[in-house]
Amino acid sequence: MAVMSKTGIPGSRSFARGLHPDQKKAISAAAGIEVLPTPKAVLVPLLQHTGAPCEPTVKPKAEVRLGAVVGEAKAFVSAPVHASVDGVVAAPTVTTLPNGRHVAAVAIAAAQQQALAREALWEEMYGGDWPTRGLERFAPEQILQAVRGGGLVGMGGAAFPTHVKLTRNEKRPVDTLLVNGCECEPYLTSDHRLMLEAPPPIVAGALLAAAAAGAGRIILGIEDNKPDAVAAMRGAADGTGVEVAAVKTKYPMGGERQLVPAVLKREVPTSGLPLDVGVVVLNVATAAAVARAVLRGGALTHRVVSVTGEGVRQPKNLLVPVGASYAELIEYCGGLTADAARVIAGGPMMGFALADLDVPVTKGTSGVVVLTAEQVASAEETACIRCGRCVDVCPLGLVPTKMALAARHQDWEVARRYYLTACCECGCCGYVCPAGIPLVQLMRMGKATMPKE
Amino acid sequence: MAEAAEKEEPAAEVLLGVAPGPHIVSARSTRSVMIDVLIALIPVVVVGLYVFRWRALALIATCTCSCVLYEWLWQALRRRPQTIGDCSALVTGLILALSIPWTVPWYVPVIGSGVAIIVAKMFFGGLGTNIFNPAMAGRAFLQACFAGQMVNYLLDGQGPPGAVQAATRLGGEAVAVVTTATPLAAAKSGIVFSLRDLAVGTVNGSVGETSAVACVLGGLYLICRRAANWRIPLAMLATAAVVAEINQLVRPDAPFTAAHHLLAGAMLFGAFFIATDPATSPLSRRGLWIFGAGVGLLVMLIRLFAKAPEGVMYAVLVMNMAVPLIDRWTVPRPVGGPVPRPKPA
Repeated sequence: MAVMSKTGIPGSRSFARGLHPDQKKAISAAAGIEVLPTPKAVLVPLLQHTGAPCEPTVKPKAEVRLGAVVGEAKAFVSAPVHASVDGVVAAPTVTTLPNGRHVAAVAIAAAQQQALAREALWEEMYGGDWPTRGLERFAPEQILQAVRGGGLVGMGGAAFPTHVKLTRNEKRPVDTLLVNGCECEPYLTSDHRLMLEAPPPIVAGALLAAAAAGAGRIILGIEDNKPDAVAAMRGAADGTGVEVAAVKTKYPMGGERQLVPAVLKREVPTSGLPLDVGVVVLNVATAAAVARAVLRGGALTHRVVSVTGEGVRQPKNLLVPVGASYAELIEYCGGLTADAARVIAGGPMMGFALADLDVPVTKGTSGVVVLTAEQVASAEETACIRCGRCVDVCPLGLVPTKMALAARHQDWEVARRYYLTACCECGCCGYVCPAGIPLVQLMRMGKATMPKE
Repeated sequence: MAEAAEKEEPAAEVLLGVAPGPHIVSARSTRSVMIDVLIALIPVVVVGLYVFRWRALALIATCTCSCVLYEWLWQALRRRPQTIGDCSALVTGLILALSIPWTVPWYVPVIGSGVAIIVAKMFFGGLGTNIFNPAMAGRAFLQACFAGQMVNYLLDGQGPPGAVQAATRLGGEAVAVVTTATPLAAAKSGIVFSLRDLAVGTVNGSVGETSAVACVLGGLYLICRRAANWRIPLAMLATAAVVAEINQLVRPDAPFTAAHHLLAGAMLFGAFFIATDPATSPLSRRGLWIFGAGVGLLVMLIRLFAKAPEGVMYAVLVMNMAVPLIDRWTVPRPVGGPVPRPKPA
């Protein structure tokens, strides 16, 4: 391939094993991003990230403006949270996140008049000019401060505080910033739409993040099922030094442990981080948020969410305030169909099923997927016939059936022998298992209950 | 419009469920994997029916019915949920039928099925936890108890009716071929069958092992459908071929060439349908190579050095015993290396 020699991407653009689930991207891929009308109230959780929870900084009845800090982060591995609407703070409350965690939350009743709404909001977030030159004027500390102050976390799902990733570490220097535009989960199209509709802030944010981390090279990885996004990003990146690599469409290409080897031919050590091999990985939406935090001083108060799946009447991609409820999003998309049976926060492979739709969208919510009764009908679990399909698809080269059954029987010696803790819970094994064994659930449970060595 | 009316329904009527991910799954089930094996066996069954006529039909019917019945009975007596719906008993019965001589009296397959299902499978906990390939365990029992009947391939001094008919039509000399014992037994006394006969299946032998072409056809289907791992047959056949070639070099007067060894007897049937039984073969890729190569090597050692003409059954059973050890020795290296052990404090 001519492209490969021209850009000199060291990796093969693919990884071993993995799988090809039905993508279902067409359901929402063509729907341009709409700005959700400001909800009547938002509920901003004080923990939306991996790390320490925030302390609330506002009292009830206090008036807040969009972007005002409502929870501050004291610990290093934490990120502040901000008001996502103009309004009045209500009584403190507690909410349950889709992952099952109970967290304190700040409720804000939205004011009738919003300073920014609809097109004006989009313009402020992603529109207008985003310089790609002259960014040297920002010192790394300045960028980090803006990123931390803006409450940026990874928007691909894991929600790890971004400033922690970008902070330089003399012992582990970074040479490459990998911007992740794979969006390998079926159904989800929020990153795809963002790359189509707002490429300039992604490029500007990537340049700023690389400057902060000290990375000399920037590569944007996009699955080749999105040729329009590849073209849009190539156009925006032209002359900036940002390389765009079209990688193979294969689940879970968007996982760090798959994308880093696929693009850079470097293996991320088990129990380690991409940082251990000189790489920092940022999601495209996070990159755009970096640009906004540094260049416009905006906090991470809104994000693009795909509301999609066969169980929702009018699938859309929405720009929503953090803290808006899932019910509100679904309502705006025409509501659920009569045969809707499961609402998932995130993608269908790694997302969490919602027990209550009245919970808030967080910074890490990339989508809401509604599946129908027919789709989620699960077969009765039967015994493992050792067919080895899970081994054939595990992107980390593990033996899921051994790990899961060892976890079920709490046989920690066998679980360790098969490297239970190396599992990334991508769900490939559970997807293919013909015996319907809840492999991922068993391994997740095993990881949580296995005694520390 | 019905659709419009549906849209008027309040969303509150919808009942939402919660479950851990992944929320979507592939369409494959244990049953569909087993049905694939049954489909893959169609060419073998067709050739068997042609060569052995109603004898083959009776044998297949007896084995499959008794295997399913035994499993049903076992689960019923133990008051456990029925498992015959997964079709694995059907597969065991069919493979057992295809691996025994067409001449055996009716009670032989009935006893063999009992040992296969109850002793080799259900005693060990049922599908997936059995150590030995059930069909081969059942056959080994028959070999021990009915040694005479299990090596008798002639009925009233005659070879298989279909093969005799085909050979007669093709010319006089082939008649001798089809009225003698199996190709491998004949080889021990210096009679070498033509490769063409071995490929097509107009020879004597167990019901499913006569036609190499049918075995390969079904085997390729199995592999395409991923109902069997391709590494096992490849490793087994390659190893057997290499050993046969070495044998040729050492003993240039040996009657069987490598091609004969691959096409004759249960080699191909075993490579594609018996050794590939997932429950009794290893999980890791390296393990599959080792297992396949081990079966191929043992088959050839038995064929070349033992008194018995055929060795697929014993080779598979011996390697079945080695599977837990192979699994333990071939834990794959995770991408990124093994989990680092905490440093002792």
